[in-house]
Amino acid sequence: MQTTRLALAAAAALGLLLATGCTTDTPTEPAEEDASTAESGDEWFVQAEYDEQLAQRDIEPEGDPDTPWLQAIEPEWVDTSQFAREGGDATVCFSNASVSNPWRVTGWITMQEQVKVLQEAGEIGEFRTSDAGDDDDRQISDIQAFVDSGECDALIISPSTTATLTPAVETACASGIPVIVFDRGVNTDCATTFIHPIGGYAYGADAAEFLVDNLEPGSTVLALRILPGVDVLEHRWAAAQEIFGDADLEILGNEFTGGDAAEIKNIVTQYLQRGDVDGIWMDAGDGAVAAIEAFEDAGKPYPVMAGEDELSFLRKWQETGMTAIAPVYSNFQWRTPVLAATMILKGEQVPSEWVLPQEPITEADLDDYLERNADMPSLHYAKFGGEDLPGFPDAWRDR
Amino acid sequence: MTHVKRLGAALQGAGTVFLLLALVFALILAINPGFFAAPSLMAFLKQAAPLVILAAGQYFVIVSGNFDLSVGALVGAQVVIAARLIDGEESRTVPVMLVMLAFGIGVGLINGLITTVLKVQSFITTLGMLLVLYGAIRLWTGGAPTGALSDAFRTPGRLGIQTPLFQIPWALLIMIGVGAGAIALMRTRFGRILMASGDNELAANRSGARVDTVRTAAFVLSGVSATIAGILIGGFAGVSAQVGEGLEFTVITAVVLGGVALGGGRGTALAAMAGALAIEALFTLFNQMALPATLRPAVQGVIIIAAVAYAARRRIRPALQSTATPS
Amino acid sequence: MTAFTPRPRIGATVAIYLALAGVLAVGGAAVAADGGNLFATAHLVDMLTRTSLTGFLAIGMTLVILCRSLDLSVGYTAALSSLVAATTMDGQSGNVPLAVALVLLVSGLIGAANGAIVAFLKVNPFIATLGTGLILKGYLDTEYKGPAGDVPFAFQQALGYTRFAFIPVSTVVMLAVAAAAVWFLRSTRTGHHMYAVGGDVEVARMSGIRTTRVLLTAHVLCGMSAGLAGLLLAARFGTGSAEAYTNLYELDAIAAVVLGGTLLLGGKGGVAGTVAGVAILAVLDTVFNVMQIDPFAKDVLRGVVIIAAVALYARRQLDRTARRPRFAAAAGRAS
Repeated sequence: MQTTRLALAAAAALGLLLATGCTTDTPTEPAEEDASTAESGDEWFVQAEYDEQLAQRDIEPEGDPDTPWLQAIEPEWVDTSQFAREGGDATVCFSNASVSNPWRVTGWITMQEQVKVLQEAGEIGEFRTSDAGDDDDRQISDIQAFVDSGECDALIISPSTTATLTPAVETACASGIPVIVFDRGVNTDCATTFIHPIGGYAYGADAAEFLVDNLEPGSTVLALRILPGVDVLEHRWAAAQEIFGDADLEILGNEFTGGDAAEIKNIVTQYLQRGDVDGIWMDAGDGAVAAIEAFEDAGKPYPVMAGEDELSFLRKWQETGMTAIAPVYSNFQWRTPVLAATMILKGEQVPSEWVLPQEPITEADLDDYLERNADMPSLHYAKFGGEDLPGFPDAWRDR
Repeated sequence: MTHVKRLGAALQGAGTVFLLLALVFALILAINPGFFAAPSLMAFLKQAAPLVILAAGQYFVIVSGNFDLSVGALVGAQVVIAARLIDGEESRTVPVMLVMLAFGIGVGLINGLITTVLKVQSFITTLGMLLVLYGAIRLWTGGAPTGALSDAFRTPGRLGIQTPLFQIPWALLIMIGVGAGAIALMRTRFGRILMASGDNELAANRSGARVDTVRTAAFVLSGVSATIAGILIGGFAGVSAQVGEGLEFTVITAVVLGGVALGGGRGTALAAMAGALAIEALFTLFNQMALPATLRPAVQGVIIIAAVAYAARRRIRPALQSTATPS
Repeated sequence: MTAFTPRPRIGATVAIYLALAGVLAVGGAAVAADGGNLFATAHLVDMLTRTSLTGFLAIGMTLVILCRSLDLSVGYTAALSSLVAATTMDGQSGNVPLAVALVLLVSGLIGAANGAIVAFLKVNPFIATLGTGLILKGYLDTEYKGPAGDVPFAFQQALGYTRFAFIPVSTVVMLAVAAAAVWFLRSTRTGHHMYAVGGDVEVARMSGIRTTRVLLTAHVLCGMSAGLAGLLLAARFGTGSAEAYTNLYELDAIAAVVLGGTLLLGGKGGVAGTVAGVAILAVLDTVFNVMQIDPFAKDVLRGVVIIAAVALYARRQLDRTARRPRFAAAAGRAS
């Protein structure tokens, strides 16, 4: 009896709502329905993208090399005059995927310091952020909330996953505000600009090529990976497989470690117990030092190693003098989106796809980068690009 | 009478884990006999020690009828606290270890008091504590661990006593010490009350036992075990942002695999620790078999369910026979 | 059977809605002090949107928890369901009914497997569903190397993004499912039996209830509600995503159920309370976002609020059941 009354009330309420208006947040049907098929296959390897990224490594980027975060590789400039607005009080909103790893923590500090500078210069007003904690669904809600509030003059998005955030980004684009996507992309080019370093294939290839060049033919390589199924990481591994496939190296295995130092050390120790490991390839440098320690504790010679520009690895590398390379997924890209936002709000041209340089740290520039980051803590990224910001070094050192 | 039956049941439940352990070791032996050479066996025990110690702590909580989901976050927090406070200074090692111990006891005490005094179910208490620890430690360090561990801090987890043939890891000795302590503790009056409080809270309360006190003490013991495990894990591999993540589920699985009943009142500390060893051995086996990494969780899931179901069957059968009354 | 009629719960449910009102009031005041308005349309839409996903999962979770069981595999089931939906639809609107049917079948079967392992193999539900979760994780990681499938635009729009005034369709569907679950628990025999099984499985069995069948039903329904959550994910994402399992949705759902006043020990509670629990978490999420709370502080606050709320309920319950100690002894046996 009570349930019937409840149902009646619900039906009445529903009718009322229907009468007051039915709206939808996805305003336009995408013109080409195949927009999302590009990335929807099971395979991570796309030959054309791979070739493009490897080629981009050798292209001289436009712009001042002292400010790599403003450089761009083969930019196609687009007009943004329709977004130009008067006054420096624009509200810039930022939907962040998460700050769940040290790379993102470092970048997030850099971005906030850049924002302070722009705010003091009167270029932007309020800077609003939301953090989705790596949850795609939550990030979709975050983006919707920014769009619905109608208070954002520009929206920066760092998507947590490529394919799944596409509809939400399209919604944001359709609301008429400039949308800036960075780090991971989405399967739509509706954003005003998409900012990213060269990419995962180039990263994986830098690491793999170094191992191929520095190991004797027939050597053994162990691949340490963080997680399966994340596009930026899968691209790195796909490129490495492509290069290892043509080389005379024995790949002992590829193991998922979750980036946990204890897990890494444990796995490497087990491989060492069964035989020699001559090279280590990593899809991200988290826990690289633990891998090196496994060799020390087992009394084995240091491997040829591809880590990342994370400082504890760089310091260990210098200390041991091992043969290594630090591929870089340019952390300074966190500065670019806010700068791009101010450019767009002034109506200046920006590249439609803003490809930032991405160069590994080699033996030759190791000392230089360590000196520049001498005050910085472990788990800080050498190419963070914030040395000229007023908050340096305290903001990063005392994070 | 029921006592005898229960003891038998406990042993049978535990039997499964030793069977599993033997099976896994036999398979490893078949694949790679070299694994049982002293150095590699010692390396295995060294990296298994933290989970075994955590299992001992979790055992106390589970046997008294509760859960502790906060241990993974606590291990992570302890390593980060150590790195930040020691900051590479050798002289700070011991004071910081004492701070960590106090912190572990404090977290256990809070878990225990919220559960027993405020009557919040331990699943929720410790889930909340997990969130609080995860967030608070990152708030404190600005999102990623800072500082560095000292060499002295790293000794227990990384080094050992050098013998002519191989190295006996400190971690192994600590593990044996903790294990012996846990087994001994369960034989005291405290242990009996703890077991009784998980088995039959009402009866335990009526008999004048301080159920709430022993249950709180169990959480404190779990906090202490997470501290020791944190010292060993931090020592073993150093600091990383992800340290400790997901350990709570692994350790609860280990304890249940050891035949300890969730809900309390049944199982032995030794079997719980053997469960942890079995899990670690299983991971090692997967690695030795070069099983594709993406498949491993699935195989692990099947084995866990099968082992616990097998143990449950062995436990139920005699019980069924004895209560088989026509109805 | 009358002993298990959930009528006395209405008082408790009212208390939970009062708690929700309290959270709304405090949140609204905090936002107002910050110069905002929590009850602006945009924020209301945001709150309601955030209820849908956890809502679906928590409704099913309520049923299993009422039976003194648990399902830690729902996050994986939802992820798999999103993939089944997206790959079956394959961009064709005509495939939607088939995809929905297939999702409900697959998720129902996973629920049935959970139920069977718990009911027949007597494996503790915590371990059983942790195990099936691992199995699903292994399958997802091996089979899907990332997002797959293509959800037709019409379906994305219908379930994922359309709304009536400020109420999203997904929330309406979730509330409809919740209403159905409330009816099921209050008005069907199996629903009543769930309370009995959760209260004391031995007593329930002796009074002639087919306890395994009840447990199985609860798990199947829980699996299917996770399947609905997967459909919602597919509609929101426009594709299926294996990665969705990394978000620990199962813990959110359990927290919502307990916040909603359902006892983890089973036998007491209901879906109406769960909906309020879900809403409390959603309100917190929105308030934290509007107030620009640091993401790590969010975790701390969420943890504290969950513990504090449950402690408050426990206090009420203590007062009322002081003379009627619950089946503590049976806790171990049920496993």
